[in-house]
Amino acid sequence: MKITLKVWRQARNASTGAMQSYQLNDVSAEMSFLEMLDMLNEQLTSQGQEPVAFDHDCREGICGMCGVVINGAPHGRYSSPVATTTCQLHMRNFHDGDVIEVEPWRAGAFPIIKDLVVDRSAFDRIIEAGGYISVNTGSAPEAHSTPAPKLQADRAFDAATCIGCGACVAACPNGSGMLFTSAKVTHLANLPQGQPERRRRVKAMIAAHDDNGFGGCQNIGECASVCPKQIPLASIGQLNRDLIAALFHADGRNS
Amino acid sequence: MAVTKEKPQSVDPAAAFFTPGSDIHDTKAPAGPIEKKWPARQFTAKLVNPANRRKLTVIIVGTGLAGGAAAATLGEAGYNVENFCYQDSPRRAHSIAAQGGINAAKNYRNDNDSVYRLFYDTVKGGDYRARETNVYRLAEVSGNIIDQCVAQGVPFAREYGGLLDTRSFGGVQVQRTFYARGQTGQQLLIGAYQALERQVNAGTVKMHTRHEMVELIVHDGRARGIITRDMVTGEIEPWYADAVVLATGGYGNVFFLSTNAMGCNVTATWRAHRKGAYFANPCFTQIHPTCIPVHGDTQSKLTLMSESLRNDGRIWVPKRAEDCTKDPRQIPESDRDYYLERIYPAFGNLVPRDIASRQAKNMCDEGRGVGPLVTEVTQDGTTQQRRRGVYLDFAEAIGRLGRKAVEAKYGNLFDMYQQITGENPYETPMRIYPAVHYTMGGLWVDYDLESSIPGLYVCGEANFSDHGANRLGASALMQGLADGYFVLPNTINDYLSGGPFEKMSDSTPEVAAALGEAKGRVERLLSVQGSRSVDSFHKELGAIMWEYCGMERTAEGLQIAIGKIRQLREDYWNDVLVTGVNEDFNQALERAGRVADFMELAELMCIDALNRRESCGGHFRRESQTEDGEALRNDDEFAYVAAWEFTGDGQKPILHKEPLVYEFIELKQRSYK
Amino acid sequence: MAVTGLVLIAFLLMHMYGNLKIFIGPEAYNDYAEFLKQDLLAPILPHGWFIWIFRAVLFICLVLHIYCAITLWSVSVEARGKSKYVRKNRKEQTLASRFMRWGGIALFLLIVFHILMFTSNTFQLGWTGKQEPYTMFMGAFAQPWMVVIYAVFVGIVCVHIRHGFWSAFATLGANVGKYAQIVLNVIAYFVAVLVFVGFMLPPVAVCFGLVS
Repeated sequence: MKITLKVWRQARNASTGAMQSYQLNDVSAEMSFLEMLDMLNEQLTSQGQEPVAFDHDCREGICGMCGVVINGAPHGRYSSPVATTTCQLHMRNFHDGDVIEVEPWRAGAFPIIKDLVVDRSAFDRIIEAGGYISVNTGSAPEAHSTPAPKLQADRAFDAATCIGCGACVAACPNGSGMLFTSAKVTHLANLPQGQPERRRRVKAMIAAHDDNGFGGCQNIGECASVCPKQIPLASIGQLNRDLIAALFHADGRNS
Repeated sequence: MAVTKEKPQSVDPAAAFFTPGSDIHDTKAPAGPIEKKWPARQFTAKLVNPANRRKLTVIIVGTGLAGGAAAATLGEAGYNVENFCYQDSPRRAHSIAAQGGINAAKNYRNDNDSVYRLFYDTVKGGDYRARETNVYRLAEVSGNIIDQCVAQGVPFAREYGGLLDTRSFGGVQVQRTFYARGQTGQQLLIGAYQALERQVNAGTVKMHTRHEMVELIVHDGRARGIITRDMVTGEIEPWYADAVVLATGGYGNVFFLSTNAMGCNVTATWRAHRKGAYFANPCFTQIHPTCIPVHGDTQSKLTLMSESLRNDGRIWVPKRAEDCTKDPRQIPESDRDYYLERIYPAFGNLVPRDIASRQAKNMCDEGRGVGPLVTEVTQDGTTQQRRRGVYLDFAEAIGRLGRKAVEAKYGNLFDMYQQITGENPYETPMRIYPAVHYTMGGLWVDYDLESSIPGLYVCGEANFSDHGANRLGASALMQGLADGYFVLPNTINDYLSGGPFEKMSDSTPEVAAALGEAKGRVERLLSVQGSRSVDSFHKELGAIMWEYCGMERTAEGLQIAIGKIRQLREDYWNDVLVTGVNEDFNQALERAGRVADFMELAELMCIDALNRRESCGGHFRRESQTEDGEALRNDDEFAYVAAWEFTGDGQKPILHKEPLVYEFIELKQRSYK
Repeated sequence: MAVTGLVLIAFLLMHMYGNLKIFIGPEAYNDYAEFLKQDLLAPILPHGWFIWIFRAVLFICLVLHIYCAITLWSVSVEARGKSKYVRKNRKEQTLASRFMRWGGIALFLLIVFHILMFTSNTFQLGWTGKQEPYTMFMGAFAQPWMVVIYAVFVGIVCVHIRHGFWSAFATLGANVGKYAQIVLNVIAYFVAVLVFVGFMLPPVAVCFGLVS
């Protein structure tokens, strides 16, 4: 099929970008979206032009490296019948003659590096602030010494499936990273091992979230709607409860 | 014992490609009973005073299970750690894609499991080409890994009592595999990533993302640093340390199509190899039978589906080639060839991975493959179109168990298949085809995980040590974490106790030379300005490797392959087109450097495969098989680790043999009857 | 933001309840107004104190609410970044959530106007001099254009409450799962509609001469 691509081209962070149109003639329905971009890049290379820069790695929907806004929705969510990452979106969801607009994540906390590539290191800094359980290697007790109720372990798991792709931030009208932050808070708050640091963690992570230039949550729900791993909006509820409870305790006041 | 079809050739055609070298022996494993070796080594290893640790810098390349775990642990210990990865975050390393689980000898099931049994299974599974001492230690620390991960908050599957659930995996008879649904790798990696970020916060680990290692710095015979390219700015800069750890994963992408991530590469280990680190058993690659097949010429990577599908699915191809384009549901039973059930009536669809893979290839080679046509270059140089897929049919299972039961067991895999192929596997049979999945070979290391360059340590898939010729399911995660959390942090101190070493600077001759080499290579790649893209070369290289050094290898084919690779490499340096400049985010340039290294590695893989005139594990030489097509090992001649030494561009590598001495386990021929 | 918003919603509901007394008659309505001003919580508090405490609390809530809103707005503008989407496709964003801030500004103007009109008696639309609350009410809404403007503003209030109610509870952690989300949103719609109907009944009745 024939596809017209309009792709955001921006040479570097400081330069101004613009949408640029390209024509692709032999797109097959079996290709993944990124393979279609590969094809565009081969075409551009053969014409001596610079290929479009885009992040990608595992192409199995698990590493979280890929992610572009397709026709206005992160990961092309509304072009696909199911929740998906960009790499797992396939061209069979599009039709001959379609015009597809491809843009990078746009958020203050995710500066554009080049074309469709953005810098998401702010997410690492949120985790760094407290998204872990402090246990040195070798000091762990026997695994069965603390049973964890299955229901809660499952809930922790659901939240832990977050791949840190940043689609939630890209979708949010406020540029908030609350869904990402809440996924980690929910994951660790639902495990017995996560309890000792629970209050400190939520305070520190939210402080880091705000310090890194993310916006506030207005409970709109765009984030959960585009999340490739379907992290529910309710995890932000968990974060809010934990935060409110933590505000009445001294943990983490000076950290 | 069945007889070989063909006797191994008496004249070794590989001899023309290498120079024999002296034997090597792992000198660090203490003598004594196997269960005393690791405690003995821990005791004899010299220690570093905690107060002195912050004066010692360790560079760790890679942030997967091995690298991330090592960086976190050495950071906790108080060393000054510099950690590098090519992705935008340490959490993206490809360990994340592992699905199945992680083995540990906990014996929670009370089913006769033990450290010794895990050790035994791993050595046997590796077709007796792994080093006993390392494997025993791996089994020994496996339990600690689970404890550590649980404490970190890894949400392993649990039973209603709140205790950990386990399942059986990879054909072993005990249930020792811990799992987190189909995303065990992701959860373990995030655990390591969190531990790592904690150390970043504590200031003990400095994280450098989007930095690719392009050269190793060796000074005074010791690994003293690396050169990296900043993938955003293009800056090529040196980093110095007292020891360097490579945890950079496997090199499956030499085949272009594999289940590895797009960025997985051999550059770090290959650059170290060129600087003197031996490369061990490069030809040992694992090919997984149940992957989603290639859809066409634009395929960029392959996706694995859990092998468990073979428990209930039946594998078949049409009996007649003309049926291959028909709707499979319209092909009557009498026209179907359930070839695994036909050839191996005892095991049927559950034959080992390598056999299932090889037979699928044979069916497709006969022209009975299904799915889309894929263009290939054959061994005689002509282009042909082949269908590369076989059916994995659940119709019988759905009839027998009901759709609900099948959905409960395999639902997520079916969904994944449907998302990728657009076909509904409940209604039409799945199509599968083998794909490169894991590389057992890697840099040679001793018991301490130290390579042949002092001060250069290698962890995880990047080293060769624990899986022999074939890796058991759910063992890769175990090895990565064992190396990173428990082994390396107890051995590297022995070396570091001799430090801090002489201070390095940009004017140190070796640094200047390494910088010059790295910059020169980039300039050379950019200056060719030929007519072909990097990917087109990579695809061609992959096709050669898959054809000649894939599931089935022959002396003749491997020699052809070596010729083709050399030609392709020459073409590459004359005709590759790399757009853009170095001082920029330039993905074409990144790939160009990696492919250049794959081209060199590919030749060594073929030489190694040619030299190993036996079939073992993932390495199948057509000349060495039993009457039933089972791999036939040759323990008399090849019970050794082939460690290759680089001698220069265009020069023959030197083969050092490390004899494999089995003190505790008796060598047996594998049998699946 | 959430807490002050909920206080303001509670106040609106009480205000609406008061307005409805217009149907009982002038005495009831005026007495109620007088009671609020003079007698509520007396003699715990001296006469006339309650209304000032009440006003102070409302004022503080309002100021805090606006302060938070402005802060969040400016954070949002930063967080959205300078680079703007060429195309946006947002499926979850409701009209209500989209116009929270513009609606907030409109509401602020409404409140100022309302105070100037009924509390400080600065604007006298439909009456002259100092009048009983009932008279003011009757006078103001005898004019159909006033009712229309009022309807528009009350509409904005409702839209604001529609998202605000849900969002306040979500922020306070009440969104415990997908059912909670549905329940909270249904209640939000209910409160919004209730406020609209409750506030619009008296003016419409006055306008059509159903109350005299």
